[in-house]
This record gives sequence, structure tokens and C-alpha cells, in this order.
Amino acid sequence: MAYSNKVIDHYENPRNVGSFEKDDPSVVTGMVGAPACGDVMKLQLKINDQGIIEDAKFKTYGCGSAIASSSLVTEWVKGKSIDEAAQLKNTQIAEELALPPVKIHCSILAEDAIKAALEDYKKKHAS
Amino acid sequence: MNHYELFDLPVGYAVDLADLQQRYRKLQQTMHPDRFAAGSERDKLRAVQLTSQLNDAYHTLRDPLARAEYLLSLRGVELRHEQQTLQDPEFLMAQMEWRERLAELDASDLSALDAAGADLQREQAALQAELEQALNASEDEVAADTIRKLKFMRKLGRELEALEEL
Repeated sequence: MAYSNKVIDHYENPRNVGSFEKDDPSVVTGMVGAPACGDVMKLQLKINDQGIIEDAKFKTYGCGSAIASSSLVTEWVKGKSIDEAAQLKNTQIAEELALPPVKIHCSILAEDAIKAALEDYKKKHAS
Repeated sequence: MNHYELFDLPVGYAVDLADLQQRYRKLQQTMHPDRFAAGSERDKLRAVQLTSQLNDAYHTLRDPLARAEYLLSLRGVELRHEQQTLQDPEFLMAQMEWRERLAELDASDLSALDAAGADLQREQAALQAELEQALNASEDEVAADTIRKLKFMRKLGRELEALEEL
């Protein structure tokens, strides 16, 4: 199956790979996995006191589309507020990367990773 | 006719694989399209369809994971083609650690490969036991989650095999 140029670009030059300090209180983490293909994705967001996402990092073990999807969302969420980030839909990711139908689950994985990270934020700020 | 009925087996997770293979071979002979070579076009087509269903049923029931998934689908829990993501932080963290371990594994270090294989098998066996228990107790949602986890383990197993072949 042929990957789109955008997928190849993100796959070959992934943006924002890595992890933040686990103990940094402004860092929240979202972990998701896709049983269909066994891909795992970790997305970390650094969120300031105003609720703005200042920085994002990811670590993904999976196919090119999964890596590209997570790389893309780290670029997209930077500078966004929590509410704006929560609006991001997998269809936007799939469209931007021109993912074929069999790879749609990679974009769902990335959307769910953002949601899981924002859940973590809510949990941390509820107490 | 469902896969179990096709083999005249009771619906359940426990399947004797040797017995299944015998039943498969017998049915394969009776259904073989060659036997219908002199028959009508309709008979021939029917034989081809039956053979394809038979193969599908055999491969599904033979594989412990596919069989579990099929059994759940008979109970109304559909896992095939699901797009749902798994969000179990503890399990996923362990998966990440597994992936990191495999990424750092030196393919020429046979003892490290063996150790990883043994650890993986142990974790898989534990999940497999959980799966059997959940299926037999009709805890379908627990079973579904365990199948999802086992799919990750199977993927790890494949990656480890690929390393061994280097």
C-alpha cells in the first residue's frame, strides 16, 4: 500500500518525538492502543496555568500512518487551549494525511490519545 | 449453520484440536469439489462454497484467539473490525516497556532473545488463562478486553520472531 507524501514526511521526520519529565506537574499523559494492529501511542502535553498547550511530545510504536498521525497532532495542538484541542477530530487527521480506509484507525488512535491526555488533565486538576 | 454446527461440536471455548482436525479432514473429503465434477453447475458452486466455509470454520476454531472472538460474536459481542481503542494505562505502559525492550534487543544476543521469549510466553499464558476463565463464566466484556490484550501480545510475539530471524 502506498503512503501519501505527508505520511512519509512525518514518518521520516517525525516532529516532537520523546517524553517530558514525568514529575513535571504541568505535564499530562494520554496512553492508547489499537487492538486491531497492536499499535501503542503515548502523547504528552505540557499545559500552562491558562490552560494553553505549550508543548507536546509523543512516542508511538506502530505503522507509518500511526506515527504520522501522532506526529501531526503534536504540531496541531501546540498553542491551542484545552477546549480547542478537545474539538480535534480523527477525520481532520485522516484528511490531512490522506489515510486510506484501512488506516483510519490510526487517526482514531491519535484523537483518542488527545482525549486521554485531557482526561488526565481533568483528573489532576480536580483535586 | 455456525462453525460449531458444521463440525457437529458443542458451542464452547474448549475444543480438542486433534479431534477437530479429524472432523475437518472427513468433511473435506465429502465436500471436495472434485466429487461434484459430473454434477450440475449448481452442485459444483455449492461444493465450492461449502469448502470455503469449511476452511474458514476450521481456521477460526483452530486458533485460540480467533475461536474466542468467534464465540463472543455468537454471544452478540462483535470484536472483528472494531475501531475502538484500548485505554488501560497500566497495560499500555507495560506494552511500551515491551516495545522499548525489543527495540534495544541485540539480535545476536541469543540469551536475551530467549529470555524475552520466555517472559512473553509467561505473560501470554496468564492472559490466556484469564480468557478461558472469563469465557467459561460468560463474563463476555472481561473476555473481550482480554482478547484485545492478547492481540497486542501476539503482535509482540511476531516482532520478536522477526528479530530472531535476523
